[in-house]
Order: sequence, then structure tokens, then C-alpha cells
Amino acid sequence: MTTLEVRDLVKEFTLRSGLRRSTLRAVHKVTFTLVPGRTVAVVGASGSGKSTVARMIARLEKPTSGTITALGPDGEPVRDRAYRDHVQMVFQDPFASLNPFHSIEHHLARPLLLHGRAEGREEVREQAAQLLERVNLPTALMDRRPHELSGGQRQRVAIARALAPGAQVIVADEPVSMLDVSSRLGVLNLLARLQQEDRLAVLYITHDLATARHFSDDILVMNRGRIVERGPADAVILDPHHPYTRTLAAAAPNPELRGRLRSAEPEPKAATDRDHLTYDHDAGRWIDIDADQPAAA
Amino acid sequence: MTTQLPLPDGLADLPPGAPGTTAPPSGRRTGWRAVLPTWTPKLAIGLGLVAAVALFGLLGPLLAGDPNTIRNIGLTGPSGDHWLGTTQTGQDVLDQLTRATRGSLQIGLFVGVLATALSALVGVVGGYAGGLVDEAFSLLSNVMLVIPGLPLVIVISGFVPAEQRGSWTVVLVLALTGWASAARVLRAQTLSVRNRDYVAAAKVAGEKPWRVICVEILPNLLPVLASQFVFSVVAAILSEAGLSFLGLGASNSSTLGTMLYFAQNGFALQRDAWWWFVPPGLIIAALGCGLALVNLSLDEIINPRLRRPGRRRNTPEKADRSPNHAVRSTAA
Amino acid sequence: MTTHNPPPRTAPPAPDAARPVLTVRDLNVVYRGDRTVHAVKDVSLTLHRGEILGLAGESGCGKSTLAYAVNRLHEWPAEVSSGTVTFHDRDGHDLDLLALRDEELRRFRWSKLSMVFQGAMNALNPVTTVRAQLEDVLTTHRPGMSKQQRRARCAEVLDLVGVEPGRMHSYPHELSGGMRQRVMIAMALLLDPQVMIMDEPTTALDVLVQRGILREILRLRDELGFAVVFITHDLPLLLELSDRIAVMLRGEIVEYDTAETLYRHPRHPYTRQLLESFPSLTGERGAFLRATGPASPPAAGPAPHDQARPAGSTR
Repeated sequence: MTTLEVRDLVKEFTLRSGLRRSTLRAVHKVTFTLVPGRTVAVVGASGSGKSTVARMIARLEKPTSGTITALGPDGEPVRDRAYRDHVQMVFQDPFASLNPFHSIEHHLARPLLLHGRAEGREEVREQAAQLLERVNLPTALMDRRPHELSGGQRQRVAIARALAPGAQVIVADEPVSMLDVSSRLGVLNLLARLQQEDRLAVLYITHDLATARHFSDDILVMNRGRIVERGPADAVILDPHHPYTRTLAAAAPNPELRGRLRSAEPEPKAATDRDHLTYDHDAGRWIDIDADQPAAA
Repeated sequence: MTTQLPLPDGLADLPPGAPGTTAPPSGRRTGWRAVLPTWTPKLAIGLGLVAAVALFGLLGPLLAGDPNTIRNIGLTGPSGDHWLGTTQTGQDVLDQLTRATRGSLQIGLFVGVLATALSALVGVVGGYAGGLVDEAFSLLSNVMLVIPGLPLVIVISGFVPAEQRGSWTVVLVLALTGWASAARVLRAQTLSVRNRDYVAAAKVAGEKPWRVICVEILPNLLPVLASQFVFSVVAAILSEAGLSFLGLGASNSSTLGTMLYFAQNGFALQRDAWWWFVPPGLIIAALGCGLALVNLSLDEIINPRLRRPGRRRNTPEKADRSPNHAVRSTAA
Repeated sequence: MTTHNPPPRTAPPAPDAARPVLTVRDLNVVYRGDRTVHAVKDVSLTLHRGEILGLAGESGCGKSTLAYAVNRLHEWPAEVSSGTVTFHDRDGHDLDLLALRDEELRRFRWSKLSMVFQGAMNALNPVTTVRAQLEDVLTTHRPGMSKQQRRARCAEVLDLVGVEPGRMHSYPHELSGGMRQRVMIAMALLLDPQVMIMDEPTTALDVLVQRGILREILRLRDELGFAVVFITHDLPLLLELSDRIAVMLRGEIVEYDTAETLYRHPRHPYTRQLLESFPSLTGERGAFLRATGPASPPAAGPAPHDQARPAGSTR
């Protein structure tokens, strides 16, 4: 069963410098589906277009072409209004994603009221308290302001806010990259637990291959707007086919490989002949999305 | 522990209740308190001056006699009967001063409210909406900015016949000419707030645009709005005084500017009647000075770096970054 | 977390024949305020010539404060309350850094000890060219140099860090993030310093760009022989890069050992916690909650709060 279907997503930005105009294709023909209870990770370096994909799914950007369809439990497409209940987002910077002026309660109460999940002050407070409990935060935090909370706590509030409208799809855009290292796994574990409890579909955007592998079922590797490799998490990480995936995996610090920085051998350079191809582990072959047919391997 | 600088962040994500993470209720600056300026001598003096002038303008007229009573003791100096002396026509200067202060304050306040509302509308809505709306609003405020203010005011005021030139006309003219710079500042601030993630989060939650503006953006612009308001009050009081001094002010009201106008017409300076023109001048100076000091304190909220060390509030994230300010160009 | 046990602070055996270049003894830094905060507590470190010393810790642990205090860059309300920082010059002289007067300090900074900051965009002046900023350092510290010599030196250091000298006419915003960070390193190299303090120099960068810069740092260190204090929260990176590592927690150094020992046999629970916070890319899948199912608590200690409350209590 599918809950979100992304097909041939393209995003172009118009760059203006003086009188000259040029277009930059940030996302090129990205296709994938999200399934309840499963996490798909999108990994890539900065500028690979992964955040743009997230923002388009959250409807913060309009796709240039392609479709994003949310499907309800009955298999019917979710209509415009309900899309906001269906898809929610967790942002990267916990210091910027909560309004410094408002209390924690406000952040949870608004989506509850807006989506008609609670009425009246008492009920709203009660439900907000339940949400805080679900993300392992004491309900006493309700009347606090964001600046009184640590980064990890804020990100938990952001997750609670995403849960408030009863979302089925959570888009998490680098949810832990700005947190202190010791609170990162806690937040990721929380996301994983909530996902299994509520059978959420999670899109986990990250540059960190290691957490992508441990916290997701499938991985899409993006480079310059294209998906260059896709498949089950372990297959992509342990048996990477695309040279770019290999480069990315090799770049992550690894204490076991102490001394390799000193070695004279140059950095593995990503070969260019496969740049436009996608390796699909499920299909077990290279795919040329522009040609729409299997490529010669 | 609201003032932890180097927080033991290894533990920062522990559930509150664990030692070191909960903030005791005392000393918290929340909600509205967080947007209030900290208590500094600068602010105290400023508020004191403004409050004194305001009280004088509010209560003075109730205690004073009729400022228009004409006596045959023209241009006498301060005495027991007339503390600030009399004018050429024997009117009591102190009585006049109380009325004039009230008149000036009224005009300043109305212009301040109107101009700030206008600038918020143009600046915040334009900045948030972007695109054509923004272009149009920006063009409008830029045009208003490049037109020299006082000459325009003089032209408009001169265009309205003197007998119809009530204080409302003056208020409108001053508000219409005085909102543009504030609108630009607010637009810039809105552009920066608009791109914060919490605004995006509100959009993802499905909030309507006006709600995003009013609930998510405007509260964070409060310090800027307050500062712009204070600024336009000062500007309005000074421009009104200038207009009235030139004889272009409201015909039916008495302000500090009209007092100076009559003093000038009565050759107060040449006749050494200092008691006639010095008091209104001093009140304008005190009010301008007081409001400017309040404005400086407001600026410190907007830009915490202006704060003197030791006076600052130590919010954890600010304090954590503070050492970085020091090191811009140690190389040079 | 039980952090009440006394920190095992053992000075690791100094590498043979290594001469110290910077010694920090019992340094204490406090922030004066309504409540005095002890940011750096009794820190003792020895940096040897040509050594890369990693300083690991999370935000607010005092690692940056320590670095700034060593270079006397701390500003009021931060204050060094006790301790000594001694610089052992190449020619055998010892300098007490905390006793330097303004003029001496100005001459010392950058020529003997330079810094690389995290935000290259903030540290570079946006309105002048890279060359002007590099030459500025030389005109200040080497007034005797001729224009040609200055220009040649700038080209030389840019070449060293792998930036094409032609780029020196660019403005900072015309360079990529990695390029800017390289320019910062070039600027730090200009006066041939003996110590370089790098405060999260690669945190804002991509993994790929980061790798290139780390390589560059190691190569330059081998070529030029300066010592590096590398500050970051990324422990795996330090384990790969540095010779010795000091782990800081709440202003104190809780563990100080060679990278190898620290990785194989971490002693302090906090070090172990930090190590466990970075899942291994290729290791066993299952050390984390995901693989074990929603009902069971997380295996090892990476998420103390989830353990503190019964998992799934709201079901």
C-alpha cells in the first residue's frame, strides 16, 4: 500500500544575474513512493537537491513538473485541504523552526485546532500534553518558550507538532544535523518508535550515510538533482554500485581506517560516464531515466 | 538556570527534572516580558523625561487657568502670580504652555499611530507577499522617501485653506509623509523573518496568510515596530512645531509650535522676553531627548550587540556565540 | 548518566623526543555575570611540535572558550582566573602568554600562533579581495616586505592549500565554502606559525569537501611541521586525524589519550557515550532501537532519556 507517490519530479530555479537569466535544474525526474511503516532516506551532499524534494513534498515549493500524490488509507488521492493533515515536516534547525515569541503550547495547539482534532481550551491542552508525552517530554514544558529548551527538546517539540494533525507522512529534513551529538540518536530513535507505533511513512533527508543506513529501509542517493542509486539500505551502503555512492561512503570519517588520509593515493574521483545513470538494486541493473529504458551495463 | 553559558550539553537533552535542565520560574523572561527592554539608566532617564512631559500635558490644563485671558500686563517677567510671566497681550505663559504641550502630544501620538499602521501595512504585507505586491509597495515607499518631506508638507498645508486647516489635517499630512522610512525597515525585517523555518512550519500546518503575518511574524517585529513608532512620534512633534512656527499649522489648536510662532511674531527675542520662548523650546527638547533615549533602548533589543557587557541578558544561545564576535579579523 | 565519578585524567606518555610547543597548566576560565559560570576548569594540556591534538566535546563544553583563552581572544565577561599558558618558541625562549602586554600580544598572535575559524564567510571581509586581506596580514606583521615579496608570498600560500593563485583577485562570496576555508587556512599559514588552532573548520562543509581539506591539513603539517589543535564535536573525524585527543565535558578534560587508545579502550563513560553516538557505517545493524522493535528499550546508552521513561508508555 502506498501513501505518497512522487513521479518525475522536476524543479528548476531561475537565476538572474544582471540582465542574463539562466535556469538551474535542482531536481531532475525524481520518482519514488512512500509506504506506511517504512522509512526512505534521501542522502546526498549539499546542493544535491534533496532538500528541494522535501520542500516540494511539504508544498513549500511548487514543482516545475511532475506529480506528488498523497493517498489515503482507502487508496483514494487526498484532496488539497486534507493534504496538510496528511503530510507534515520536521525542519533542520531547531532554533529557527519554533517561533521564539510563542509558548510550546501554542505550537501544538494551532495544528490541533486548525485540523479540527480538538475543540475548546481544555481539550486542546489535554491533547497537547499527550503529544508531549509521546515525544518523551514532560508536560510542564507546555508553558515554556522555545529558548528555554535545549536543541534536542526543541526538535522533539517539532516532531510533536508534526504529529498533531494526525499526519501519515513525515518529511524530516536533516532533523538531527544541528543537534549535539549525544542527543542525535535519541531523536532518531524517537522518530523510529513513533513511526512503528503509528505506521507512519517517513522521508528522512540526510547527508549522513551511517544514520541513513541504520534508520531507514530504503535509500536514495542523490547527486546534482538526480537519483544515482536506489535500493534497500544495506544493499546501497554495503554494495554500492554508483561511483558517486562509493565516493560518498569513503568520505565519511572512519576510525578503523586511520592513516588513509596520509596515504599518497588520490581521492577516488567519481567517473563521469555513469553520472546520468541510476543503479536500481531492486531491479539489479542500471537505468537511464531520460531514455526510459534499461541502459547497457 | 536561565543563564547557563557553557551548558553541560552532554546532558542537555535529558528530561527536565533532571538537575541542570529545568529553569526555575524566577528570572524567566517569557512572552511579553521578553520583548521589553532591560532596565538601564538610559531607559530610565528617557522614560522619566517622557512621563514628566506627558503628565504636564495631561494634568496641567486641568489646574491651569484659561490661557486666552487677556490682561493689561503685557510682557512681564516671571513672578508669584504668573510663574512663567506673560505674553505681549498679557496671557499667562504657563497656562499656554500646558495647553500647547497637550496639543503637541496629541498630534505626535495620532501621527505615530497612523504612520506606524501605514508602514506596517505596506512594509510587512509587501515583504511577506513578495512578487508584484512587493514591487508596487516598494515603489510607493521609495517615491515617498525621495520626495523631500518638509517642503511637501508645506505645499500640502498651504494648499488647504487656513480656516479648514484643523489639527486633523495636520495629523493626516504628517502621517502620509512620514511612514515611508519605517516601511522600508519593516520590509527588510519581514524578509528576514519570512524565511525562518517557523513561518514555513506554519504554512505547512495550513495557516492562512493573514494569520501567518499577524501571529507568527508581527510579534517578532514588535521591537522594531515600537522603535519606529517612537521615532515617528518624535518626527511628528518636531515637524508640527516647524509647520506651526512657519504659520502653516492647525488654525484651531494650540501647540508648542504655535507658541513659538506667536513669540516670534511678538518679537520676544528682541525684547529679551526669554520666558516666552525658552519654556516651549525646553519642552520640545526634553520630549525629543526622552523619546530618543527610549528608542535607543529599544534598539538594544533589536540588536543585542549594542548592549554593554554586563548589562546583557544571558540567553544561552546568544551567550554561547558571543566569543565569536571578538575575532573577526585578528589576522589584520 | 553517572558522571559523578572523578574524571580519570591521566596525562598520556609524551611521544619520545617530542618537544612541547604549547603548555597549558591548570587553566581556569570563568564568565562573570549575575552568576559566575566556570567555563574551563583546571585544564592542563601539552601540545608537542608537529602534533595534531584533537579537542572533542559538544557545544557549550568550553572547548572554544579554551581555544580563545589560549590565544587571549576571550572578551569580557570571560576571564582567565588562574593557570598558565606557556609558548615554547623555536629558538628556545619561553613566552608566558597570559602576561603579554598588548603590543607583544599583537606581534605574537598570528606570527607564532594562528587560528582558523568555523565560519569562513564571517571571518573574511566581504568587501575586499582575498589578496588584499592576505597582504594586509603581511603589511601588519612584516612591514619590511616589498610589494613583490608580499605578492609572491600570497601566491605561495594559496598554492600550498590548493587554491589556484589566480583566484586571489576574487571576493569571498565568489568562492565556494570549501575554497573559502582553504583561503582561511592559507591566511593562517602566511606567517609560518608554529601552532594553528582550528575551531570546527570543516563543520559547515560537505563530507566530500571536508575530506579534501583534512588531507590538505595533514599534508601541510607533514611539510611545514606546525602543530595543530583541532576542535570539533565529530569524534570519528578526530580519531582518524589526530595523534592525541582530549575529551571535554562541562569545562573539564575527562579523558586525554592517544587516538588509538581512546578508540580501543575508552575509559570515561562520556567518551563511550560520544563514541556510541556515531553509528558505524558498515558495522552490525541492530545496535539501535529500529532493528529491535518498538517495545524493547534501546540497547546501549545512546539515548538515556528514552531509557529513563518506559518506551512506548503512551500506547
